[in-house]
Amino acid sequence: MANFLEQTVNGLVNGGFYAMLALGLAVIFGMLKVVNFAHGAFYMLGAFGAYLCLRELGLSFWWALPLVPVVLGVLGMGLERAVIHRLTRLDPLYNFLLTFGLTLILQDLVKWRYGVSANPYEVPAALRGTLRAGSFEFPAYRVFVFGFAVLACAAVWWLLTRTRIGMVVRAATERPELTGALGIDVARWTTPVFGFGVALAGLAGVLAAPMQAVNPLMGADLIIVVFAVVVIGGLGSILGSVATGFGVGIAVAWAQAYAPPVVAQVLVFVVMAAVLLWRPAGLFGREETPA
Amino acid sequence: MRTIRIRKPLALAAAALVLAGCGGGGPRGGGGSKLTDGKIVLGVLNDQSGGYADLGGKNAVVAVQLAIDDFKAKYGAKAVTKDITVVTADHQNKPDVAKTDAQQMYDRQGVDAIFDVPTSSAALAVADVAKQDKRLYFNISAASDDLNGKSCNKFTFHYAYDTNMLANGTGAADTEGGARNWYLVYPNYAFGQDMTRGFTQAVSKAGGHVVATAGSPFPNPTEDYSSLLLKAASLNPKPDTLGVMQAGADLQNVVKQYNQFKLKDRGIKLAVGLMFITDIHSLGPDALAGTTFTDAWYWNFDQTNRSFANRFYAKTQTRPTFAHAANYSAALNYLEAVQAAGTDDAATVVGNLEGKKINDVFLRNGTVRAADHLVTHDAYLAQVKPSSQVAEPWDYEKIIKTIPADQAFNPPSGDCHL
Repeated sequence: MANFLEQTVNGLVNGGFYAMLALGLAVIFGMLKVVNFAHGAFYMLGAFGAYLCLRELGLSFWWALPLVPVVLGVLGMGLERAVIHRLTRLDPLYNFLLTFGLTLILQDLVKWRYGVSANPYEVPAALRGTLRAGSFEFPAYRVFVFGFAVLACAAVWWLLTRTRIGMVVRAATERPELTGALGIDVARWTTPVFGFGVALAGLAGVLAAPMQAVNPLMGADLIIVVFAVVVIGGLGSILGSVATGFGVGIAVAWAQAYAPPVVAQVLVFVVMAAVLLWRPAGLFGREETPA
Repeated sequence: MRTIRIRKPLALAAAALVLAGCGGGGPRGGGGSKLTDGKIVLGVLNDQSGGYADLGGKNAVVAVQLAIDDFKAKYGAKAVTKDITVVTADHQNKPDVAKTDAQQMYDRQGVDAIFDVPTSSAALAVADVAKQDKRLYFNISAASDDLNGKSCNKFTFHYAYDTNMLANGTGAADTEGGARNWYLVYPNYAFGQDMTRGFTQAVSKAGGHVVATAGSPFPNPTEDYSSLLLKAASLNPKPDTLGVMQAGADLQNVVKQYNQFKLKDRGIKLAVGLMFITDIHSLGPDALAGTTFTDAWYWNFDQTNRSFANRFYAKTQTRPTFAHAANYSAALNYLEAVQAAGTDDAATVVGNLEGKKINDVFLRNGTVRAADHLVTHDAYLAQVKPSSQVAEPWDYEKIIKTIPADQAFNPPSGDCHL
């Protein structure tokens, strides 16, 4: 029983990463209609950022946690201005190809400088312990990650539903022309929204650095799972991405623990196919209605 | 019409990407010597961008080039040809890509022998191509014993190491050292499955017991192994040893997460199936200190190895893994065989190699086994030093004992019919 609980908590921890990454993708897709394939590369850059902060600047995890996402957010805004926004009016495939190319470039730049082997990054000293309750044992850092992911998702939700900026973003997501007609400059918000989504990916990357091997390929395959999460939740749906992120985390953890290996391997994609057949707009998505 | 115009450049871009993946092969030149085309082309086919790129990768090409240089220096004007080149391709650890690349190399680039090919599933695909094309393939980095078992063929040699060598060394040594109950985690593909089978046999033979096995996806998109690690404590009887069969970047992840979940403190020790020195370098010796494992070759074992490692270092600024040394050795021994046979005709070269006894920088008491083309040699039981005992960069291993060739490898399985 304790082990079942451990597995479930662990699924929630992994779900936290899915949720944060899916959330960034959903916000970007909602506002810009850009399927950002480079999201996994930004996640990797977040982890590398934490590693470089420590190695080059001597800055601990606690400094990297706010610093790296901000730097990556600015980088993301720069990219949006420089290339991505030029293609948003064309077929979405253009930006898909562009961000895919960006992924390859970013990965290869890091590979070229640091090789493909993992770089060492330790769990921060304050969180090296283990939480115990009876026979339930769990690394403190992972609990922290879960808590942090929940807080981050809640903060984004608050930002989007309770602030004026959020209102503009939501309105622009739903009906960009109508929002523009009401005198709101929608284009002004696309750049910061893209930067914000990238910063979320960077934040997830920093949080992953102490848990996983920091290497240039760490986001390359993960992004495919995250895309599946976004599709299951409903493209562009904020609540859908977060709920599905945590749900998929738990489901995969259970499958890995209690089913033959092949089940965990295909589970997410089978669910995605089923959801697409049953509810093409995703679990939390709404059917497109003509504007 | 509009959509068609928009998509056309996309289609072109996609076509360009596909074409960029195919290396251009030149026409095969004629020549006057006994060689079929007047030249020898060696092909290094391996992972140059993924999780196995550091253990072999581009530096394996450097190792093969060193072998060519040494061959030319040794024979000079008497060499069977002066035109020896090396070509290379990245198979991305995908069997289908490996197969196409191998066909390209043999058919279009005039490659006489392919070397390396990590990832067992990819290696098995290349062995098939070698068999069909009747060209040579020296497997270095793939471990599956099927390569010299049920999937063996006349043109494929299994050099360096195999899953049984790893299991016989580590599985037996750790079980005799007190590991009674094992929990094996493995990547769910040919290599991992073979390793699990080999370890289960070796552990049982030494009087131990495998409590459970658990597979992880390969490749593993989430790079997370925590579900499998958490399972360890709930097994009955509780395992005292976690046998990790993952390799390269996957191994690095498992070890990092093993330390995070503090399984050592929960009475579960770490045993590693396959480890390259690049893995120790990446994780830092303290993450693995005290772990025993089986090594096929170690750069700092003796003066012979060290002087090769120094030449390698001068070109790459890194120390060679056993795979690098084995690529060098295989390439040099291939060229020697061509020199001795006076032809690059694959069947004749195979005849020259079969049964040959070799001692060189990589092979000690080496034999090219005629029965199944496994190249057996002495292996080593190694232990990772704590950082306090590391005397110079990359000096991570203490060799506990040499495992004689006949104990290190299994006898021919009987499944192989050349």
